Amino acid sequence: MLTFSASRVLQSLGVLLIASLMTFSLIFLLPADPARLVAGPSASVQTVGSIRRELGLDRPFAAQYALYLGHLLQGDLGRSYKQQTGVRELIASRVWATFQLMLGAIFLELLLGLPLGIWAALRRGRWPDRLVMGFAFLGASAPQFWLGLSLVYLLAYGLNLFPLGGYGGLSHLFLPALTLGLGGAGWYARVIRSSLLDVLSRDYVRTARAKGLSGSRVVVRHALRNAVSPIVSMIGLDIGVFMGGVVVVESVFGWPGLGRLVWDAIRVVDIPVIVGVVIFSALIITLANLLADLVQLLIDPRIRYS
Amino acid sequence: MKRRTGTTLIGLTLLVTGVLSSARAAPQQGGSITVSYKDDVTTLDPAVGYDYQNWPMEKMVFDALLDYVPGGTTLTPRLAAKMPEVSKDGKTYTFTLRTGVKFHNGRTMTASDVKYSLERVLDPKTKSPGQSFYTGIAGAQAFVDGKAKAVSGITVLAPDKVRITLDAPNAAFLNIMAMNFAFIVPKEAVAKAGADFGHQPVGTGPFTLKSWVSGQQLEFARNPNYFIKGMPHLDGVTVKVGLDPSVAYLSLQRGEIDLLGDGIPPAQFLQVTRDPKLKANVFSKTSVNTTYLTLNTGIKPLNDVRVRQAINMAINKTKILRIINGRGELAKSVLPPLMPGYDKAEAGYVYDPAKAKALLAAAGMKSGFETTLYTTSTDPNPRIAQSIQQDLAQIGVKVQLKSLAQSSVIDAAGTPKTAAMVWSGGLAWTQDYPDPSDFYWPILSCKSAVQGGWNWPFVCDKALDARADKADRMVAPAQQTARLKEYASIFAAMNKQAVWVPVFHEVRYTMKSDRLVGSVDDLLDPTHFINYERLSVK
Amino acid sequence: MAWRRFSRDKAALTGLMLCTLIVLAALLAPWLAPHDPNFQFPDGLSLDGAPQPPGRAFLLGTDLLGRDLLSRLLWGARASLLVGLIANGIAVVIGVLVGALGGLARGVVGTLIMRFTDVMMAFPVLLLAIALTAILRPSLWIVTLVIALLNWVAVARVVYAQVVSLREREFVEAAQAVGASGSRILRRHVLPHLLPTALVWGSLGIGTTVLLEATLSFLGVGVQPPTPSWGGIINESQSYLTTAPWLVLCPGAAILLTSLGFNLLGEGLRDALDPHGRG
Repeated sequence: MLTFSASRVLQSLGVLLIASLMTFSLIFLLPADPARLVAGPSASVQTVGSIRRELGLDRPFAAQYALYLGHLLQGDLGRSYKQQTGVRELIASRVWATFQLMLGAIFLELLLGLPLGIWAALRRGRWPDRLVMGFAFLGASAPQFWLGLSLVYLLAYGLNLFPLGGYGGLSHLFLPALTLGLGGAGWYARVIRSSLLDVLSRDYVRTARAKGLSGSRVVVRHALRNAVSPIVSMIGLDIGVFMGGVVVVESVFGWPGLGRLVWDAIRVVDIPVIVGVVIFSALIITLANLLADLVQLLIDPRIRYS
Repeated sequence: MKRRTGTTLIGLTLLVTGVLSSARAAPQQGGSITVSYKDDVTTLDPAVGYDYQNWPMEKMVFDALLDYVPGGTTLTPRLAAKMPEVSKDGKTYTFTLRTGVKFHNGRTMTASDVKYSLERVLDPKTKSPGQSFYTGIAGAQAFVDGKAKAVSGITVLAPDKVRITLDAPNAAFLNIMAMNFAFIVPKEAVAKAGADFGHQPVGTGPFTLKSWVSGQQLEFARNPNYFIKGMPHLDGVTVKVGLDPSVAYLSLQRGEIDLLGDGIPPAQFLQVTRDPKLKANVFSKTSVNTTYLTLNTGIKPLNDVRVRQAINMAINKTKILRIINGRGELAKSVLPPLMPGYDKAEAGYVYDPAKAKALLAAAGMKSGFETTLYTTSTDPNPRIAQSIQQDLAQIGVKVQLKSLAQSSVIDAAGTPKTAAMVWSGGLAWTQDYPDPSDFYWPILSCKSAVQGGWNWPFVCDKALDARADKADRMVAPAQQTARLKEYASIFAAMNKQAVWVPVFHEVRYTMKSDRLVGSVDDLLDPTHFINYERLSVK
Repeated sequence: MAWRRFSRDKAALTGLMLCTLIVLAALLAPWLAPHDPNFQFPDGLSLDGAPQPPGRAFLLGTDLLGRDLLSRLLWGARASLLVGLIANGIAVVIGVLVGALGGLARGVVGTLIMRFTDVMMAFPVLLLAIALTAILRPSLWIVTLVIALLNWVAVARVVYAQVVSLREREFVEAAQAVGASGSRILRRHVLPHLLPTALVWGSLGIGTTVLLEATLSFLGVGVQPPTPSWGGIINESQSYLTTAPWLVLCPGAAILLTSLGFNLLGEGLRDALDPHGRG
């Protein structure tokens, strides 16, 4: 297990290195001058030139990237061009909001997905099963931005049940978390359903049922334990999906998290912020997957990793 | 017609308030307000932050030597005790400072702070967008290039006296000294905060920054030692960011917000203007801005003035105004109506597709031509570009749209022979200071018609440059009428060349809560935007 | 055999029906659309610039430039399907080739290929797509390429797993034993077995691609105006949500139904072609 973790950590470092190189070189393709964006319209061409030199943008690609990597190794993500502050501080100030949103989404996914999946499995082939499967398909097919806007229109504007957007307590969190998690809830339901069906068809469960143990106790004892492992790995994967989803959801709901930070940065070509958030996201995704693998290993020792 | 009623209404309100004010006491002291914005505030460093959002907030924390009278474009002393003495040749300005003005950290402001603040803006390390406004000061260029340790043209004569010498007379220099870039900052506070001064600003202004939570809100508190007695009226101002304009609008109705920083969102705008009850809290004013379409004179067939004039006549500006729900004033020339030097008699090009077609035919383009139009991709600009596209199709001009991120548009527009037409929406020219030279040099002169410049038609008329240069040397107060007349004539000549299609001057709308007390001049000031120190609550 | 299973699957048939409808709408748009999708009708906007609600002249109302929404929705199916089909087609081809190569090439090459897909999996895909399309000047083709370059990874990993299990099978081992060349094994013995996988992903992937295209257009970095696109219509009109909700609800429903159709179809195909591999 130790060698496994060590190799995974090494691999994660590789991921981060490639992530930084890819984003950094991408930015060099871009047909825009960040110095002009820092300077704004009123600055003369000379001023723009002097800002370009100050930012080090006149240096060759390799030199800029090497400098960046050097700082990165010390945990320094550089300074934002537009906001007069460090990228690390910017990310730190936004990460909690995004974390809340993801936590809320995962919670709602489990809250909806678990019971629906169990219900569908126990009523296999009957109307609850079809209903749940239909919900799963719809959830996977609905565009998040549209789902968000529709929820705002119906529940916040129409029925006045929730605030229209912005940052705040649980009432503010609910709609964006639901938008982020609804698609995943259907997915969870499907996985739990098939995992249960798998267990229910096994001989020992059939025997237990035949012996007269009640259905629900069978489910609790054997089936759910069997479903924990896929759920853990799904939560790990979810983080990756969410990292993209928050860009859309946070922009629809005005949620002050990483997604808004990076989208605002993309619009004004604030390179250090874009690269910083991408590297940070890759780090979070890798960590989440690593953690999920380790947890699985702990709860289910049958799994062997090479 | 509609506008006239608007003006009469404002006139009436002014009259009514005038009558009432004699009876009413001074604005109530105390209380606080909340203002909403969508985007996060980038910085409050006055040498760096330069957009409509942080501009008024910087004015809360800092002061310059000069300022404008509320709601107007007339200069008035602020940190200066009086207007400066100007030498005969118009090159030397001597400022006398108010005495006893204290920074928020308790230290008394002196003339060396003026020298430091201006040198800080010029220092390339500051990366100030305003650097080039001050390179006209004697010795500034040498300082910028690192050849001198100090700017020779700024001399501290006494703790309350500073003299600034220019290389050449510049009629707009005092306007430049009233810009936020010329705000006075204390050296020790800048040194202490380092690169984070924009988040820990220390100035002399009517408010201090109390707290700042990135992506959420900024809190300002009243400066109890402010040097203007009785100012400001409010105890505090909270700026909430990350609020979508439509969310902010509803929060305002629920009483959670007192002022919409981004104005009224388009969809709700129609509701508001149709509802007489809401109208009392709605204010509007034409801003000193022109939104236009540029025609690149370096690209065929737009190099032909007849083709450019034809395009000017083919664009239905009334239709564009309808797309923006009438939130603009139809533009006839480059200069906006509130800019000194604006010529009311200028008729511009009237919408006339038939005449446009004839002009095209005369230019040998009877069957039209194909061209491209760049626009930023934020609503409503792609819509307006599509409207222009349809208008031009009527005279046989086939337009391909390129709707790009703002940065890409700026890059293409500032590269010679690249962008044939650029719709300036989202990047429209707004005054830096109320002087017509600001609508000439940065956007229509030869020196701005270069790679990376803002002269997107790449027009370069040396004769007009010479005339503008001569006009800028007319600094004596007695010459001002003649100077403005000369600028009006320069812009008339520019209009004949039709390198722009001036489309509209933006009319800014804002909405306040019932409890907030403020006039249209306080809420939509041409230079302050929002004049926080004059607001109060009831 | 497979068809019989498929035809008994009601969900799959619904999917097939939806897909057929959308494809027909896209193909027949010039005849079905009541108006020119790009013409800005003078009476399509009120005097103060409000769009017209659904009514007799404009069945689904007009958009914020006074254009007929129904016509734009019908023509918009073209952009969505075009991007969906082409981007996903490219992704499936790349995915199958890379996956097959990774599975067949033992040793360093195989490991390297699959490690690369690991790296791609740890990437915030949507984030990258948004950054890419915003930074490169957006156009229909850039959007298509970006989506293709991001979507092949999932296919590659599925194919890889399949090939690894295939190569242990007797017929491949036998072919290798008689000295058949690598490319011959790939063509004759491996690729035919991958056909069902390609077909399933060819359909399932379109659902994802359509969503991705709509999202990019919604953020304003997708298909260029005036070409109608569903995500683009929502982007233009989202600020009018409370006063003109049909401008957001209708194109959203179109995206939902298209994506749903291809997802149902893909799942149905998977079940029909491989009854044991239920996910």
